[in-house]
Amino acid sequence: MTVSSEMAFFVDANRCIGCQSCVQACAECDTHKGHSMIHLETIQRADTPQTVPVVCMHCDSPTCAEVCPADAIKRTSDGVVQSAKKPRCIACNNCVLSCPFGVPKMETKFELMMKCDMCYDRTSEGKKPMCATVCPSQALTFGPKEEIIRQRESSTPVNEFKFGNQLIKTKVYMMVPKTTRQNYIDVTASMYDSSIGQSMEEHLEDVSLDFLGGTNG
Amino acid sequence: METEVKKSLFLATLFTIFLSIMIWVGSRNLAHFDAALVGYTFASLFAVFAIVYRYVMWLHRPPTALYWRRGWELMFKREHFFSNLKFLVGRIVTIIGGNSFIWKRDKERGLAHWLIMWGCILAAAITFPLVFGWLYFLVPDGDLTSYKIVIFGFPTLAFKIETTLGHLIFHGLVVASVLVISGVMLAFRRRMRDRDAAVLQTFSEDIMPLLLLFAISITGLFLTVSYTWLKGYGYAFLSIFHAITVIFTLISLPFGKFFHIFMRPAQFGVAIYKKIGKEKMARCIRCNTEYGSEMHINDLMQVQKKLGYNYEMTDGTGHYQKVCPRCRRLLLGLSQGKMWHGPSIEKG
Ligand code: SF4
Ligand code: SF4
Repeated sequence: MTVSSEMAFFVDANRCIGCQSCVQACAECDTHKGHSMIHLETIQRADTPQTVPVVCMHCDSPTCAEVCPADAIKRTSDGVVQSAKKPRCIACNNCVLSCPFGVPKMETKFELMMKCDMCYDRTSEGKKPMCATVCPSQALTFGPKEEIIRQRESSTPVNEFKFGNQLIKTKVYMMVPKTTRQNYIDVTASMYDSSIGQSMEEHLEDVSLDFLGGTNG
Repeated sequence: METEVKKSLFLATLFTIFLSIMIWVGSRNLAHFDAALVGYTFASLFAVFAIVYRYVMWLHRPPTALYWRRGWELMFKREHFFSNLKFLVGRIVTIIGGNSFIWKRDKERGLAHWLIMWGCILAAAITFPLVFGWLYFLVPDGDLTSYKIVIFGFPTLAFKIETTLGHLIFHGLVVASVLVISGVMLAFRRRMRDRDAAVLQTFSEDIMPLLLLFAISITGLFLTVSYTWLKGYGYAFLSIFHAITVIFTLISLPFGKFFHIFMRPAQFGVAIYKKIGKEKMARCIRCNTEYGSEMHINDLMQVQKKLGYNYEMTDGTGHYQKVCPRCRRLLLGLSQGKMWHGPSIEKG
């Protein structure tokens, strides 16, 4: 079974309220039971409430898989980059240090890299990944692309990311404003930014407007 | 033909010829080579050829080549050699001997793997020398109650047949079969019950190897049953069936799951690389925390370049590889947020 090409995964970190639901739900998935694979980062606690949920973006050309000396990471025909194959992974950490999104986790005591596999046991059966199922603000959403585009009037999904000179195309989308002229996210452009400069009030306002189908798309 | 293919073919041929010579010499010009086992020998020679070929091809991949080179380089570094040796012995005992990390992943998985692995090691240690004529038993002059073990044509120790040692030596393969069958049963149990196994396993990669191991062991056991209690009933059929399963397994060694047996020792090279790397850690250019060894970060930049990636900053100020994984995750959020909220607060 494979993940249907109709369905896509959308991340809008801007909607994240840091509630930790995804972190808890992630550990319930059977392919990595007991281990939460999602990263929920707090940008700069003192300055901003901003949090970022990071899942594997399932790159078309996955750096993690290509730097793996043991051929342990496979990308299935549906574009999902699977977690390391247990008999193969030699826990070298190459993938952890090379993934441009900082996704793979090293489970030192198991000598095994584990990472988000889009809850393959679920998505390959037509269900949503655990995180997208529980996320109350829909910062993490899984569904048909047309539906998301229709529902989120002011945003548009992009799946290209720039890291210095390197452009990476991914299976997972991130939401950006419709008004933007850039069809990719320049990740290294924020290299020395500490936060997006939103106050707690602004953030809450954004989120609540969001729920009402407001500015944030 | 590409250089790596040529090199792999050359080394594969070399190893195959070497094994052939060893069989010739070890069996004393084939004097102790059992012609009935010739099928096993040819399958083994094929397996050696294909394993070496695949191994050398694998070593040509940039990340593998790097660890291969660095692993040996660091192992024999004079100031590290003895501590490396001590460290390696410890790792070999816990990792190969005990499969420690697999037990930690899952107890049932650990037990299954441990049983299968030791069963296979025991069986291989007994059968390969017998098949290649490197080992045979001799009745010492006038003593019908003993056997002498001859290795590579050199007589070694003698043992009494009707003793515990004697029984163990002659029933080593029975012990191996019991270990393998128990392990295979546990592995099947897990594969039938675990949802993650169910979704990711494939017949050729995961089920077939278990079926082969089971078939070899059970036919081997039946052979013993046949000649011990059934006066050789069905022996001819069983021995042909057993031979087919073994030959098929030998031929499949270089492909699919069994190849991990040859890949895994790379784990030791990596362990040494990590151990020595710790002496000098790199700090993230963004948050200044330690996140990996300097040697590793620099090596990875080379590997990525060879693979065609270019993570250099556009303004030439550095390399994205020098940013720690956590900062990479933050940057993703920051840059997406920036598109929504305009200019950002500059740090410092
Ligand atoms: S996001 Fe990272 S872990 Fe996921 S496929 Fe891309 S390189 Fe691999
Ligand atoms: S840690 Fe495992 S999966 Fe990651 S690169 Fe190393 S061997 Fe491959």
